[in-house]
Order: sequence, then C-alpha cells, then structure tokens
Amino acid sequence: MSVSVAHLTSDEMVAHHFDSPPLARRATAAIAGASMVIAVVLSALMGGVAPARVLAIGAVVYALSIYVVSRRVEGRRRGFDRLVTTLVTGAFLLVTIPLVSVIWTTIDRGSARFDSAFFTETMRGVVGAGGGAKHAIIGTLIITGLAALMSVPIGILVAIYLVEYGRRNRLSSMITTMVDVMTGIPSIVAGLFAYSLFAVFQGPGARSGLAGAVALTVLMTPVVVRATEEMLRLVPNDLREAAFALGVPKWKTIVKVVLPTAIGGILTGITLAIARVIGETAPLLIACGLAQDTNLNPLSGRMTTLPVMSYYGYVAPGFPPEAGYDRGWAAALVLIIIVLALFTVARVIAKVLQPKGLR
Amino acid sequence: MTNNDTDQRTTSTGAGSFVEHRITVRDLNIFYGKFRAIADVDMDIEPQSVTALIGPSGCGKSTFLRSLNRMHEVIDGATVEGSVQINGVDLYGPRVDPVLVRRKIGMVFQRPNPFPTMSIAENVLAGKRLNQRRLKKNEADEVVEAALRDSNLWEEVKDRLDAPGGGLSGGQQQRLCIARAIAVEPEVLLMDEPCSALDPISTLAVEQLMLELKEKYTIVIVTHNMQQAARVSERTAFFNIEGTGKPGRLIEMDDTAVIFSNPIQQATQDYVTGRFG
Repeated sequence: MSVSVAHLTSDEMVAHHFDSPPLARRATAAIAGASMVIAVVLSALMGGVAPARVLAIGAVVYALSIYVVSRRVEGRRRGFDRLVTTLVTGAFLLVTIPLVSVIWTTIDRGSARFDSAFFTETMRGVVGAGGGAKHAIIGTLIITGLAALMSVPIGILVAIYLVEYGRRNRLSSMITTMVDVMTGIPSIVAGLFAYSLFAVFQGPGARSGLAGAVALTVLMTPVVVRATEEMLRLVPNDLREAAFALGVPKWKTIVKVVLPTAIGGILTGITLAIARVIGETAPLLIACGLAQDTNLNPLSGRMTTLPVMSYYGYVAPGFPPEAGYDRGWAAALVLIIIVLALFTVARVIAKVLQPKGLR
Repeated sequence: MTNNDTDQRTTSTGAGSFVEHRITVRDLNIFYGKFRAIADVDMDIEPQSVTALIGPSGCGKSTFLRSLNRMHEVIDGATVEGSVQINGVDLYGPRVDPVLVRRKIGMVFQRPNPFPTMSIAENVLAGKRLNQRRLKKNEADEVVEAALRDSNLWEEVKDRLDAPGGGLSGGQQQRLCIARAIAVEPEVLLMDEPCSALDPISTLAVEQLMLELKEKYTIVIVTHNMQQAARVSERTAFFNIEGTGKPGRLIEMDDTAVIFSNPIQQATQDYVTGRFG
C-alpha cells in the first residue's frame, strides 16, 4: 500500500481495511439462506424443484454473493479467501457424493442377505435362493493373506536396499524404474502372468488360490515398496548417525533404530496395499476361477473370493435372479466391512507403535 | 558382519592396547569424491584433556572431527589418506573395523538426537543393548544411573526413566545423548558443536560436564563459540580455508591461552579477535 500508515486517522484505517469488522456468523447464515431461496425460485423457473438442482444452483449463488458481500465489508483479500474456501469446500462435498453413494447403495441392497446363513453356508448346490459366502470369505482371506505374505517381505527388503544401501547407484535406479513400471501393470495382465506361469508347471487350465495370490503379489509389491521407501526416507539421518557413533553395525541400526521409528507408517502403507488388492476381480477370474464350495488348499483347485462372487452374482444370478443379485451385494458389503476393519486395525497399531517422543 | 567375533575382539584387546588414548594425526587428507576437504593435517591430541577446534564455517573442522572415529565414512564417497593413531594403532589400518573404532571413540552431535522410539533409560542403554550385550536388570540399572550421574542429568530424570527421551528439553536431550555416548565406556569423546542448539543455561551445564568428563576421557570439541573454547579447553587448534573450493588446513595449534592472547599466525590473531571475514 502506497499510503503511509502514520498519517491515517482511524476512520481512514477502516476505509483501507486495516481493521475492518469480520462478517458475523448470522450474516453468512443469512446469505446462505437467501441463496437457497433464490435457488428454489430459479430451479422452479427452469422447470421443477429437484433437490440436486436446487443445491447446485444454491452453491453457485452462495459463492458469488458471499464473495461480493465479503469483499465490500471485509476487504479484497478476505473476500477472495471466502470465495476460495467456498469453492474448496464445494469440491470436497462433490467428491464425497460418489463415496457416500457407493457405501449407501451397498448397505441398502446388501443388507437383504446380510444374515447369519450368509456367513455359514456356501454356494454348493444352490441354484436359486439361499446359499452363502463362507467359501468366498475364506478364499479372500487365504488369497490376500498369501499375497501379503509374499509381497510384504519382498517390498520391505527392496525399500531397505533402496534407501539404506543403494543410494544413487545404478542398480537402485534400475529397481526404482522397474517398481514404477510394475505400478502401472493392468491387473488383468498380472492375472494372465500368474495363469500362464502355473500353466507351465501344472499344465494348461490349472487354477489355484496360489496362482491368484501370485497375481496379487505382482500388483501389491510395488505399492509396499513405494510406501516403505517414503517412510524410511522420513527417518532423520541424525538417528542413523547416533547409532553408528555408538559402534552399532549398519544392519542392526536398520533393524533396531530405523525400522522401529518408521513402523507406524510402514504398517499403514501395507494396509493400503492390501486394500488395493483385496478387491481385485479380473486377475482372480483368470487365475482362480469360480468355486461353489470351500477350498482350503491354495495349491490346487479353484478358489473364490468375495469380489469374484459379487461379479458372478450379477453375471450368472441363477433363477430367480433376485437371490443372486442380493448375494452379490451382500458379498460387496462384507468386502467393504473387511477393508474398513483393516484400516481401523492399522490405525490403532500405528498409533500404538508411534515413536513416543512424537506423540 | 559377524557381530559375535567383533565383540570378543574388543574385550580381548580393548583394555590393553588403548592405555593413554593419545591421538596422533599425521599427513591427514580427507576427500569427498575428488574434492579435498582437509589437507595435510598433523596434530597431537593430549589424553585426559579438552582440545577445541575452531575456525570459520566450511573450513573442515567437523569433517576432521568425524575422521577421528571414521564417522565421515557414513557419507558416500568420503575417503582418507594419512594416518590417525591412538597409541600406535592406526585407525585406518587394513584390519581395523570402523564399527569397533566407534565403540572406543564416542560422538555427540550438534543437534540432540535421542532415539524417539526409546525411553530415557533405553536411550542410555542403547549402545550396550544394540551391541548384543545381554544385561541383567540390576546391571542395566547401574549403567543407567552411572551414565546419567556422569552427565549431570540423574537428579532431573530419576523419577521418569521410562518416559520418552524425546519429551525432555533441548539441553536435557543433549545431556541424555552425552550419557548415551559415555554409557558404552569410550576412551575418547568427540563433540561436534554440542551447545550450538542450546540456551545459555543448558550450555553452562554441558560445559561444566565437559570439565568433569575430562578426568576420565579425552575430549575433542568443535565450537563456533570462542568464549566456550577459552573456557573449557586446554589446547586449541585453528583451522582455515583460503577460499571456496580450497581445502581446509590446520593453521595453528597451541595452548588455549596462547591462541587467544598471543598466537603466532596473523590469521589466527584476526579470527580470535573477530576481524576475520
């Protein structure tokens, strides 16, 4: 501002917005209310008061009017601040719509078959109504568990190599590129890879839970590597040096100092990676096929997971089809619950294991 | 690395070969890749005393300090020519394990760096526990108390030894780091600007601690605070560089009183009187 502050009277200060009164909460509420009234009128003129249309028009009217009013009363910067706040909040609400919609629809339609039989019965011999997802729940846990068992150690070890040992050497930049490429592999390709790999050993047409787990490992490993790498890089170098200066060997520094410091973040990353693959359908359709009964042996025979069951509930619902649809939705609901439970557990563990000084 | 035999070697040779802990540096050149950070340093560091390293930023005094326990090797591409001997044993000899060197020559850093995952007691024991020594409960308690008493922290933390080390104040954290360093019973203690992140009261506490510790340990300290060098050290070494890209050199080393009152070199005179740069 080009005017020297010292020469201004207090009235002029207000005029220059050094000390302007903020908009009262009542004023913003009034603007919001008025915007909605205008929105109702406008949408009536446009041919019908539909809630979505009223909300959309109301949001636009509110954003414009709060900007104009706030700019006059509070000044240019605060006015712009209110405009951007409104836009960002609007964008946030917009992206929650699909999320809420998916969860709501799944709960609504999945609750029809969300009964005890769903957890205790399989699809063996079931054509129409009845049956359950016991086999698919077990299959999901076995296949995802095996995938985690394979990809978590590999992923963590690769990340340790990249961060602790292979700083800027050629091998580590090659590995980083490979990991990036792996992140981009379409899941169906991973399924085809696992299928053909097992076809080599077990003959064409061989399907097993292990093949599915291998496909998921291909998808999961790069996610684990990336997440662990980020977390290890966050560990301050001071801590490594402190351990080295005590005469602690490097491997022990990594195991006892670096990993414990980063463990919370690593676990969160692993959970995200599991959540990423637990809902995979395409690779498992190829590698595991569809089973109607519980198969506890991942080494041979078809095995079904919840997403695959959900898919078949719609593709081949049987007769009457409603029973198949309901089972499909219930399977999706169970899957969502499993993922949410995983997230909760990971949050709790991360909180418990967080470095004490940082709590 | 097979840790079991390295441990045995320490115990068998440790007590006998390092008696007086006199450090002798000859023709030391330190490189980061092709860049020479330190050139042609000869230095004798007296046992059971405090030696201060002073000089402008970037003159390589921290690099030199880190070369005394092979900590600079942690940085990629860092190499050393010349010799650093402790009582005739060359730290850079082909059979010397840098991990063992660091157990004998401890280090305290500029910023306090207690392990955030560990409690106060666990921090003090970190060196011993991580070096695969199983400690009985009462042994561990003794080590913790002795180290914390030696670092003047015992009275302040004795009621909360299980509290996280990160919850202490900056000065307390630094004394905790000193306790952690002396708990492994080193013979030499290197301190890299240990007070630069501390307030004057904590600084005083650490300085008093140094005066007590030199009864047992040989101490080498890098400091930017010339009053501190004058207060705590017996001998002072002045490092300087001619310009950016040039290596740091040892300009002069003498009794602290001489360096601050009547140095031989004009550059030293200019630096200690504040006419430098």
